[in-house]
Amino acid sequence: MSAALSVPLASVLDSFGGAIDFILYQRISEQGGDLQVGGLGQIGDLLASQALISLVALLLALLIAMPIGVYLGHRGVGEFAAVAVGNAGRAVPELALIALMVAFVGTGAVNVTIAVMILGIPPILTNSFVGVRQVDRGAVEAARGIGMTELEIIRRVELPLAVPTIMGGVRTGAVNIVATSTIGSLAGVETFGKLILGDAVYGNEGVIAGAIMVALLALTFEFALAGIQRVLTPRGVTLQRQAARATA
Amino acid sequence: MLETLTTLAQIEVREEGAGATTCQGKNDSFCFDYAIDNLGDYITPTLEHLVLVAISVLVGLFVAIGLAVLSHRRRWLVPVFVGSTGILYTIPSIALFLLLLPVTGRGTTTAVIALTLYNLQIIYRNSVVGLGNVPDSARDAGRGMGMTDRQLLWRVEMPLAVPEIIAGVRIATVSTVAIATLAVFAGAGGLGEVIYNEGIQRDVFKTAIVMGSGIAIAMAISFDAILLVLQRVLSPWRKVRTI
Repeated sequence: MSAALSVPLASVLDSFGGAIDFILYQRISEQGGDLQVGGLGQIGDLLASQALISLVALLLALLIAMPIGVYLGHRGVGEFAAVAVGNAGRAVPELALIALMVAFVGTGAVNVTIAVMILGIPPILTNSFVGVRQVDRGAVEAARGIGMTELEIIRRVELPLAVPTIMGGVRTGAVNIVATSTIGSLAGVETFGKLILGDAVYGNEGVIAGAIMVALLALTFEFALAGIQRVLTPRGVTLQRQAARATA
Repeated sequence: MLETLTTLAQIEVREEGAGATTCQGKNDSFCFDYAIDNLGDYITPTLEHLVLVAISVLVGLFVAIGLAVLSHRRRWLVPVFVGSTGILYTIPSIALFLLLLPVTGRGTTTAVIALTLYNLQIIYRNSVVGLGNVPDSARDAGRGMGMTDRQLLWRVEMPLAVPEIIAGVRIATVSTVAIATLAVFAGAGGLGEVIYNEGIQRDVFKTAIVMGSGIAIAMAISFDAILLVLQRVLSPWRKVRTI
């Protein structure tokens, strides 16, 4: 920590200022020559590419994991499997996943998207299971009592009540996905990892610029998903939570 | 064609006879002999990795408990702490490692700070949940015995919150083992060095990638098992679900 304090504030500000400069304006690469790096053009390209991969991977993970988790939660079976998947997902290092993929499967956008999707699945599956499972059984029985079919119960009772928990999983999954797609650059895909892991070409300012952009991308996903969660959460659930917080 | 094949085979046999590593040069798949011959090379990165995980989990635990105690009687602090640590948690680890570089420089300090911040969020949330789950009857009993607020916290509430806190430590430790592979990009070594420097950067050397990944995953699973046992031992009166 003492080392941290001895660094003059000016040099820290300088680094971040340089990174912002890298984001805004083109410059000659560290290796000289004609290669132009940085600037809004390159940053925009990398952003579009990484955002697209992340978004597709998140949607795929959602399409695969949510139905399984919701179905298991509705039936009340497979708790061990649903929880084990979540735990196992945490134990797999993203760097290991990408490296193993490059070594044994191959490179390219399709492979990276699939690998990245795999790390999004565990939290979504586990949270979908838990969210549906913990819906008040009384509410489910009441729905059955007024003649709802199983599908209607899932769609109109369990899913709305499980929104906060499921979205919690989606948000964790999104963070995993943005983080992993960053190092997708090791598998030949255009993402900010290219800047972060390429200080020989982009310099320290490029590295910090890449890190800033990845953080912003992750925060954008987080805030967007938080907004979606707010829209999807039934008013009753929100009021109930506020009441619980007030009395806590 | 047949002749070429024979020749190739002969070259391979000769390499083996000369004592050179058998399959490293080809890099067709995982080379068991190479991994065994060079087992010593993996010890230092493994130890570095263990140190990163141990320090960041322990520091995270102490700070998280400190924050939990601080916010225990000041409920308005809870959303403040959850919110601020939550935003940090959203920032991908590889970005956080590098954003800290201008401040703390390359090396173990940077990696430990970043990893600690992640652990803080997980353990703090679980501590708050644990303290919240303490039954009122237990609190009332403590009050009835004439305990002060402080005695109540350390002798009744904290011990009863142990299952959730350990559950948080368990989640934090397993995640940290995985995330710490990225510490190599902060210049802090660890198993990421085996996967990245020895593997990807050396023409995707498969043996190193498999060894580095395998040791990291095995370490995560071992910690998970050890902490599960610890959780049962420290709180024999109930089981807690860790989700």
